[in-house]
Amino acid sequence: MSTLVLLTLTGLGLSALYFLVASGLSLVFGLADVLNFAHGLFLSVGAYATWWAAGHVPGAGDGGLGFVLAAAIGVLAGAAVAALVELVLIRPLYSRTIEQVLVTVGLSLAGVALLHATWGADPRPFPRPEWARGVTFVGGASVPNSSLLLVVAAALVLVAILAFLRFTRVGLVIRAGVEDREMVTALGVDVRTAFTLVFAIGGAAAALAGALGGVYFGSVSPSQGGSLLIFAFIVVVIGGMGSVVGSAYAAVAVGLLQQFVNYYGTAGLGDICVVALLAVVLLVRPQGIAGRAVTA
Amino acid sequence: MEPVLTVADLSVRIAGLHILQGVSFTVAPTGVTALLGRNGVGKTTTLRAVMGLTPRGGEVSGAVRIGPRDALLTPTHRLVRDGLGYVPEDRCVFAGLTVAENLRLAERRGSPPDYDRVFALFPELARRARQRAGTLSGGQQQMLAIGRVLLSGNRLLLVDEPTKGLAPKVVTEVAEALAAVAEEVPVLLVEQNLAVVRRLARDAVVLAAGRVAWSGAADRLLGEPELTRSLLGVGAAGVAA
Amino acid sequence: MTVEVARDAPPAAAMARRGRRWWWRLGPLVALAVFASLPYSTLSLPGVFDGALNAPGTLQLLAICLVFGGLAAGYDLLFGRTGLLSFGHALYFAAGIYGTDILVTHAGLPLWQAALAALAGSTALAGVLGAVALRTSGIAFAMVTLAFAQVGALLVARDFGGLTGGEEGLPLATEGLPGAFVGVANTVNLYWLALAYLVVVVAVVARVAASPTGRVLAGLRDDERRVGVLGLDPYRFKLVAFTLAGALAALGGVVYVLVVGGASPHVTSSELTLSLLVMVVLGGPGTRWGPVLGGMVYMYLDHRLTSLAADLPGPLAQPLFVLGVIFILAVYFFPGGLAGLSGRIAPLRAALRRRTTTQWSETSS
Repeated sequence: MSTLVLLTLTGLGLSALYFLVASGLSLVFGLADVLNFAHGLFLSVGAYATWWAAGHVPGAGDGGLGFVLAAAIGVLAGAAVAALVELVLIRPLYSRTIEQVLVTVGLSLAGVALLHATWGADPRPFPRPEWARGVTFVGGASVPNSSLLLVVAAALVLVAILAFLRFTRVGLVIRAGVEDREMVTALGVDVRTAFTLVFAIGGAAAALAGALGGVYFGSVSPSQGGSLLIFAFIVVVIGGMGSVVGSAYAAVAVGLLQQFVNYYGTAGLGDICVVALLAVVLLVRPQGIAGRAVTA
Repeated sequence: MEPVLTVADLSVRIAGLHILQGVSFTVAPTGVTALLGRNGVGKTTTLRAVMGLTPRGGEVSGAVRIGPRDALLTPTHRLVRDGLGYVPEDRCVFAGLTVAENLRLAERRGSPPDYDRVFALFPELARRARQRAGTLSGGQQQMLAIGRVLLSGNRLLLVDEPTKGLAPKVVTEVAEALAAVAEEVPVLLVEQNLAVVRRLARDAVVLAAGRVAWSGAADRLLGEPELTRSLLGVGAAGVAA
Repeated sequence: MTVEVARDAPPAAAMARRGRRWWWRLGPLVALAVFASLPYSTLSLPGVFDGALNAPGTLQLLAICLVFGGLAAGYDLLFGRTGLLSFGHALYFAAGIYGTDILVTHAGLPLWQAALAALAGSTALAGVLGAVALRTSGIAFAMVTLAFAQVGALLVARDFGGLTGGEEGLPLATEGLPGAFVGVANTVNLYWLALAYLVVVVAVVARVAASPTGRVLAGLRDDERRVGVLGLDPYRFKLVAFTLAGALAALGGVVYVLVVGGASPHVTSSELTLSLLVMVVLGGPGTRWGPVLGGMVYMYLDHRLTSLAADLPGPLAQPLFVLGVIFILAVYFFPGGLAGLSGRIAPLRAALRRRTTTQWSETSS
């Protein structure tokens, strides 16, 4: 029983990580039709910015509030980089989908290399607040606090994004734009501002994933973003592109599946099962759990 | 009277196909101008070209003036904000949003929304404010599509086949609503239903083979069965001759 | 006044071909002759290559460049000619590499049997995975191919049954190989093998492109609906392109494992596919020689930049940084790639000669 609880909660921790990365991807794709390969870069930026802030910014560190400050800086950095990328690189290629994807590919290659050059390829130890290193007893199992932290953070982000979409005007524009971008323009709304904002939100969420992921894994390295990104892509496709709620469901399914199969089967089998799940979803319901129909 | 819309030598080529080959016409600043023609001749393409919504890979040339603005050089959302309302074919309401949200989205910056006017014209919309637009009937969606552009003042309305697929009773309702609207704002109306055209239109422009084949008073066009048949392929009653 | 609504990468190569026919036909044959004769030259190009042209080190580098030129050309069949953006192409390359390596080293099969089996298996794999992945299109298709490739990378890394050698890779056992392919002195044979591979790929792709199937593929790239309207099944054609490209990649893998003498996990990485994409785009998608050029130049630069790493400041020491930036610039300013460059010069030249040129809209100026 306690194993089940442990597996579930750590699996959900993984789900939380995927959701944080996938939510932004899904929105960006749903609204702007951009497959952002550089999304993993935002994650890395968040992780490294947090790590750097913990070491260099007064008041920030690896204790309680100090960590929150460091993470906040990381999130801001991620959001800023994302907004910059959209404004400088993506926006000029408005409507040229393939070129936009290509640019994000180039950016991901160059960005990771830049991180390599600046901080080296080796994993750096990540600041972890005391309480994140501990465990909590839930249902007889000792669950790592870092997992719980991720789950709570992801839940908060989910609620925040949904509230933002539901109650703000920009959120309204985004929801409408995901459905029919052209009609939004035809009603007099300049969707491009919404694009930048969505990129920034996605960047912030990914950066948070980077910061909390650093706590979870205990270290940060330039290639971390890339490996998480692939699973985030899978979550986006299974959940349905453009749907944050769909990503949430899919993330839960993927995280739990991966965790349970990796434990009860052999390590690595869980990852393969996730891809199999993807294949099944594609054969049965190509638009994903909650998404609109996927077209080229 | 200075026309509100001037289209001069408009040519549109999409995917290698010449759809419009030098279309020229004007729209008077009052009343309804009907844009007519057989299926596939390019009526919707014309409206969309004016709006700036020609698809990627398409080429547009010519001149389009709406008031002081050169429409082909102005981005779509700017044109709309300056007072161009678009009611597209197939309505294009946002199915996942409520009626109220659909309306809210259409509010334009710098122009206080006139909900009273919209609800006076379409009381159903007030009643169904919280209903998701995807669950509305075709007629109700059409009301929404028209209502949302009326929240703000317009210089010109572009309306594309508003009665398409609607039951006769609803067709009448929509036509009456448009008649009321047209008393204040000029309308460029694409319509296949000639009875509606007769009810609403003062002027008519007929497209054929990518050009304007005829323009003049709508009454004259519909009053001469030979003319109607040769240009539109149907009798004045709207039935194929 | 004309307002252009931009179109994706214009086939500028078409324009370049006008009035350049004889040069165009003769050029590749001359290049082939030059490449075939390189191993006989003791010419030394300091700064370009570390040794003389016929030194084993140089030949091996050139062989790698040739293999990737062919690999890029095969990938172009998918991307440049059919419009399929696959992020998992490396999987079939790796299947050819690891398949051959495992069969020779662990199962002790003679080379030609192992190669044939690996090729057959990889082609079947491409067919099956393609059948599933092509159920989607566009971006989702890209993600799915990526996911499948990731599985491959995982399988290799996990080293099930000790077959793949995991992180350390699997050196190719030389006992089962024909003598001509073994030993440093025989590097020149591997070089010619790589050259032969490139020729085969270019010939196959050109043949397909010129055939009725190729025209359907081009139609799919430009506008899928039109193909459907003609009563043809897009899915079937895409699957053929996908499987063929996979087979060509696997063949490249067989050659590559011989050239480098073993398999290592980096060939399964998504970075490899991304590099292929960069090669094709830099070279010029949909053209006959663009991807080949792109592949060869990219691999050369990658190698050169790595060896110059100590001398270059900061991020420039990372070849991927340089290549990534070049790639981004290319997408903006040179959408036709290297092959498209001549197409951009042609209008200027024609204007100078006051000849009429085709009405082609220049989009990216």
